[in-house]
Amino acid sequence: MNATALYDALRHFADSWGLAAMVVCFVALCAWPFRRGGRQDSDVAAKMIFEEDDNGK
Amino acid sequence: MVTVLSRAGIWLALLLASILAMVGAKDTGFAIQMGIVALATVIGLWVSISKPDYSRLANGLAPPVADQSKYYDDVIRWGVIATVFWGMAGFIGGLLIATQLSFPVFNFEPYLNFGRLRPLHTSAVIFAFGGNALIATSFYVVQRTCRARLAFPGLARFVFWGYQLFIVLAATGYLLGITQGKEYAEPEWYVDIWLTVVWVAYLIVFGGTILKRSEPHIYVANWFYLSFIITVAMLHLVNNLAIPVSFLGSHSVSYFGGVQGALVQWWYGHNAVGFFLTAGFLGMMYYFVPKQAQRPVYSYRLSIIHFWALIFLYIWAGPHHLHYTALPDWAQTLGMVFSVMLWMPSWGGMINGLMTLNGAWDKLRTDPILRMFVMSLAFYGMSTFEGPMMAIKSVNSLSHYTNWTIGHVHSGALGWNGMVTFGAIYYLVPRLWGRERMYSLRMVNWHFWTATIGIVFYASSMWVAGITQGLMWREYGADGYLVNSFADAVAAIHPMYVLRALGGVLYLSGACIMTFNVWKTIAGSLRDEAPMYNIDHHAAADHPLVAAQAA
Repeated sequence: MNATALYDALRHFADSWGLAAMVVCFVALCAWPFRRGGRQDSDVAAKMIFEEDDNGK
Repeated sequence: MVTVLSRAGIWLALLLASILAMVGAKDTGFAIQMGIVALATVIGLWVSISKPDYSRLANGLAPPVADQSKYYDDVIRWGVIATVFWGMAGFIGGLLIATQLSFPVFNFEPYLNFGRLRPLHTSAVIFAFGGNALIATSFYVVQRTCRARLAFPGLARFVFWGYQLFIVLAATGYLLGITQGKEYAEPEWYVDIWLTVVWVAYLIVFGGTILKRSEPHIYVANWFYLSFIITVAMLHLVNNLAIPVSFLGSHSVSYFGGVQGALVQWWYGHNAVGFFLTAGFLGMMYYFVPKQAQRPVYSYRLSIIHFWALIFLYIWAGPHHLHYTALPDWAQTLGMVFSVMLWMPSWGGMINGLMTLNGAWDKLRTDPILRMFVMSLAFYGMSTFEGPMMAIKSVNSLSHYTNWTIGHVHSGALGWNGMVTFGAIYYLVPRLWGRERMYSLRMVNWHFWTATIGIVFYASSMWVAGITQGLMWREYGADGYLVNSFADAVAAIHPMYVLRALGGVLYLSGACIMTFNVWKTIAGSLRDEAPMYNIDHHAAADHPLVAAQAA
């Protein structure tokens, strides 16, 4: 496979299956905190930084 | 004793190697740089010999074991001091080059001319000030949110000192005229290799601490820090691929050439903004803003979306630096579209930060540190609105190569990165040195106002200068010739250059106030001063009303 053919193959992959895979990953990752029980987990995570406050001493 | 000897032996070997490299150097610049490395190894040798507790060793006692119930904060304290120090160096450098642009007589050839000082300024503020702030705060935040002592403290010390050596080599290299000529990636091949070693060690310390965490969930600030560390490693490795002309010389040839080289450079350059100056500092924001406001972040789920949208979109925005060049048109359009889409996660993040104060806005009246954070978020919003707008091709045809770009960068750098770092320093210093509060909160307030007014002068003068330049460059007369020469546009914006330097004076004076304040706090003094806000109390009116007696 010469350089132009490789370039073409990669470009076609990037604007078809590659693009589709990235969109699916992105949507799934953004939807994850909205799963059932996600709100409660997020609230716990957001408040976690207040559990300590004396530099571990 | 064996460890002490073998450590000293390694330092000695490094010292000899650097001296040999200095003697065999192909050019003067490389010889001087190797001399600096030799000096660093002498310091390392001296510390490795003088530091061990020889009375313990003589009695055959093992070195003391680290207390896992305490956080490891030494390297964070050094990092805070280094941040303040390099911040001052970078701001003074910035003021000097602003003055050089206004009054060319301040160019001192050849070492202190604009061409050499400009990369010194950008690297000092981004990599030295910003980088030290990121390393120090990431080590602080990862320990607190993982509830675990820092992994590999010895390696963390190496990260800190190795990074300082990188800064010194880069800075002295610029003054000596050693550069790859790639913006924000000016250091030559041997400094790049050194930074790679330091960065891998940084990843090991940060990742190791996450792996030994006792909290099951990894707090979102760490996601941002980790993405910053990993992406910067990738960008740095690809953009700095180069073939050294000689193994004992400072010159190298880039692996990429022509338009490919330009695209790789701006893929690097824009993502240095996206992952160094944005993702890393968002890690700071998502920890310090909720902590200072004493309220959890407005929406944790929005912060997750903010994170993934930033990761997936930012990496494609680089081509907007190459509009109307030899770069293929589709690539320019791709860069423009992704830049415009970035507007959404950026504003989502800004709203998330600002709304954290929902129900606690009154704290802004009494807490100047919180004011720093809020102003920082406001500038994050403003510059991430301006950026996508400037990435649109038709706007870019006016703004590109003008001072508008410089103004945009500084509203982000001085406003967003600077203010959030100052806020984090004011948060950290009393805690790291065990003080009740900063030496003076009123001085924090003075810093806030001088810095804010300084940025206003800077950004507005550069808007006027940039649009003036853009319009003058594209002005055609009735005969079809350009109306203005380049020098005409330079003369027209001279007053704006002077105003910009004034903005720099204000910003620098705020940083001087901070340096004094941090110094006094570490020294352990508290300024006797009136609190920032008091509710009025009229003692004279504080009595029951008695009806007047009829005469």
